[in-house]
Amino acid sequence: MTTAAPTAKTGKTPEIIVGGLPERRSGWIDWVTTTDHKKIGILYLFTTAFFFLVGGVEALLMRIQLGSPDNTFLDPTTYNQLFTLHGTTMIFMVVVPIAAGFGNFLVPLMIGARDMAFPRLNMLSWWLLVAGGAVLYGSIFWEAPQAGWTSYPPLSSSGFLPGSGIDAWILGLHLVGISSILGAINFVVTIHNMRAPGMSLSRIPLFVWTILVYSYLIIIALSSFAATLAMLLVDRQFDGTFFDTNAGGDPVLWQHLFWFMGHPEVYIMALPGFGMVSEIIPVFARKPIFGYKAIAASTAAIAFLSVMVWAHHMFAVPMATGVLGFFMITSFAVAVPTGIKIFNWVATLWRGNIEFRVPLLFAVGLVAQFALGGMTGVMLAVFPLDWQLTDTYFIVAHMHHVLFGGIAFGIMAGLYYWFPKMSGRMMSEGLGKLSFWLMVIGFNATFLPQYSAGLSGMPRRVAEYNSSGLTEYNVISTIGAFILALGVLVTVYNVFASIRNGRPAGPDPWQANTLEWFTPSPPPEHNFDVIPTVRSAEPMKDIRRAVEQREAALAAGTNGNGAGPHVSEPPGKQPEPL
Amino acid sequence: MRGRAKPRAATVALLVATATLTTAGFFWLPGAAGANVLTPEAGPSPNAEKINELYKIVLYIGLAVIGTVWAFLFYSLFRFRARRGREAPQISGNASLELGWTAAAAAIVAVITVITYIYLDDITHPVASGPEAVAEARDQFATINQPPPPGDKSLDIQVSGQQFLWRYQYPNQAVSFHEMVVPRDTTVTLTLKANDVIHSWWIPELGGKLDAVPGYENKTWFKATETGTFEGQCAELCGAGHYAMTAKVTVVEPAAYQAWVENQKEEFEEGQRLAQEQRRQIEAELAQ
Repeated sequence: MTTAAPTAKTGKTPEIIVGGLPERRSGWIDWVTTTDHKKIGILYLFTTAFFFLVGGVEALLMRIQLGSPDNTFLDPTTYNQLFTLHGTTMIFMVVVPIAAGFGNFLVPLMIGARDMAFPRLNMLSWWLLVAGGAVLYGSIFWEAPQAGWTSYPPLSSSGFLPGSGIDAWILGLHLVGISSILGAINFVVTIHNMRAPGMSLSRIPLFVWTILVYSYLIIIALSSFAATLAMLLVDRQFDGTFFDTNAGGDPVLWQHLFWFMGHPEVYIMALPGFGMVSEIIPVFARKPIFGYKAIAASTAAIAFLSVMVWAHHMFAVPMATGVLGFFMITSFAVAVPTGIKIFNWVATLWRGNIEFRVPLLFAVGLVAQFALGGMTGVMLAVFPLDWQLTDTYFIVAHMHHVLFGGIAFGIMAGLYYWFPKMSGRMMSEGLGKLSFWLMVIGFNATFLPQYSAGLSGMPRRVAEYNSSGLTEYNVISTIGAFILALGVLVTVYNVFASIRNGRPAGPDPWQANTLEWFTPSPPPEHNFDVIPTVRSAEPMKDIRRAVEQREAALAAGTNGNGAGPHVSEPPGKQPEPL
Repeated sequence: MRGRAKPRAATVALLVATATLTTAGFFWLPGAAGANVLTPEAGPSPNAEKINELYKIVLYIGLAVIGTVWAFLFYSLFRFRARRGREAPQISGNASLELGWTAAAAAIVAVITVITYIYLDDITHPVASGPEAVAEARDQFATINQPPPPGDKSLDIQVSGQQFLWRYQYPNQAVSFHEMVVPRDTTVTLTLKANDVIHSWWIPELGGKLDAVPGYENKTWFKATETGTFEGQCAELCGAGHYAMTAKVTVVEPAAYQAWVENQKEEFEEGQRLAQEQRRQIEAELAQ
């Protein structure tokens, strides 16, 4: 040991003595009143998983409707409500808060903190998410929103959709938005103030980097979106005229304001998934991440550029050619740091010693599939091409290549990787691989044909199509969607089966690099008996090496078989025979 | 060491096979006859043809880049799968390599930008009508994005979107719904308006889409060099009937167009006259 600070090796007494704690409540009351960041994180994960399954069922219903031409399985209004709820749910109720779920559980553990900075605010964030979901889905008992997740006025104005659906959509998103903003403030304060000694910003894990940037982007984008939603509410309920062209307003204003949130939102969703992959690939390649600083810098660069690209969603709206060109070039600029991440992941795998465990499979799935989503994104940024491609199934395929093939695969990788830490048990590798292959095949069968459907003239958000050359694509897509759903269900089963019957994981089952593996699995309420001092971006690797050296020295000095008297066994050490 | 899996050549082989098959499937997916699997629809109009050319260039660049990334990715998964007793070299970066691929990525998008601007005028600027074109009175103005077509022959049609129907008004005040009839070889400029919510005009074979936004007048154009029927539909969600808001452009010989548009004008005026007569009758009945 080279440091005098109390570490797992030297500190024999706990750092703090806990006393005078309120009595623990029992069962579910403890869960819904907890301020423990780990429990709140798990609550987030189950909540978002529930909404993920709801949004998935909505998608399957739409795929059944589109499984044959001129189908009458759903009426057009129901169909419009389904895609509105599907998009809103998946974006605001699943992908954004699931990152908050992983972040809640992992950020304090990764930076060596005992909790988030504001534990009660943390609980409030989760409750606001649940309330937002309840308001949004409560609308289905009266009238669900049906103007798409983008809810463009004038269609979403009270003149054309006077029912309560859009109002429920506005209020639900207000609540979810406040939840995300409060959570983001909590992350920013935690990450800036509560890091372990020695953990400079250039040593925080890359996942924490992405959560930090995600939080700043949420504060920028969702705050402005709250104002945008309020403007629509004023137009609908109090005779406002922000978006009413007959009274001097402008419907294009909504599109600018909406996409000023909408495009940073893409990176709010994407960056934590990228962070997970940046943690997982080096562990299973048994190599340090290639270009830590480049990946961290590219995360910040993506965030900066992402607030300057919004109008590439509006290339078919009347705008001057110079403006179109500006947004094409900024969109290209954001492709550069995104490309850097992909190159760095591939370079991390290069010359590694790659172990094909389930988290690595999903992480590599993200890299391969997100690359295609990125490539089609560059095509869409070329605005003359966008005139043919926008608002078609090409866009639908592109955004799912980014959101599902990319981010959802990253989340699956994260689930398989951190489930042992959360539950103390391993997930089944066999079921995980089955789930991975079903999802890869199902995902690509669903979405690759949609590129062709869009190129052949199929607009998005159509409840029916006639049979002119689109049937084959849609049939394949529908079959793929059910294979994909089966793959997801295998993982859902795997989670519940492994919580009960999984093999005990031990503190560090993957031989990983970051501090969360220094505590037992699941971690105790106070996280760490002793906060270690951090000397590199891979603190757990340092600790493991120090332990091995110590063991070797002890073994040489005693009876030579390593079974000598143990000194302050650090919880992160693996008591496994080699 | 625990947690270190055996080499899984089968897994890698499966991964490579899936990637190959999906890519191959992308190319050879059985579409209907004539459907474009990998490229947009492009009919006999110069703007659509130019978009198609530009699309192909960008697609080939993109496929080359992604092919390279996938090649390195799958090669390293296969070549560097875990072997017992091997230690991975602890490389944590390479500044010149990283700067190199950053510059390469920037260079690729810079090239695409230049190519886009080379093609842009051919897509946005209307071409001159052919020798057989219909000559109509021209009262249109140039917009910032679209100059008037060269020469003195062109046809301006006012297109209005409303839930859930397209309405077309021709220079002689004839009106038609859903089906637009235009002469071959004539540059047609469209002025797009919306009467209620936002719609988007899109006939894939005759060029890109353009939104019709309330309060705005938006311009686009096409020039069909062959006769035929080209179908499209509204591409911006406009309500429950959005899926049914289809459009059709029928291109006929210039002489046939002249006859049709005169007849259409008479029919439209006759219809208006009948409607006014009916209204007068009803009002008279109500007044009694």
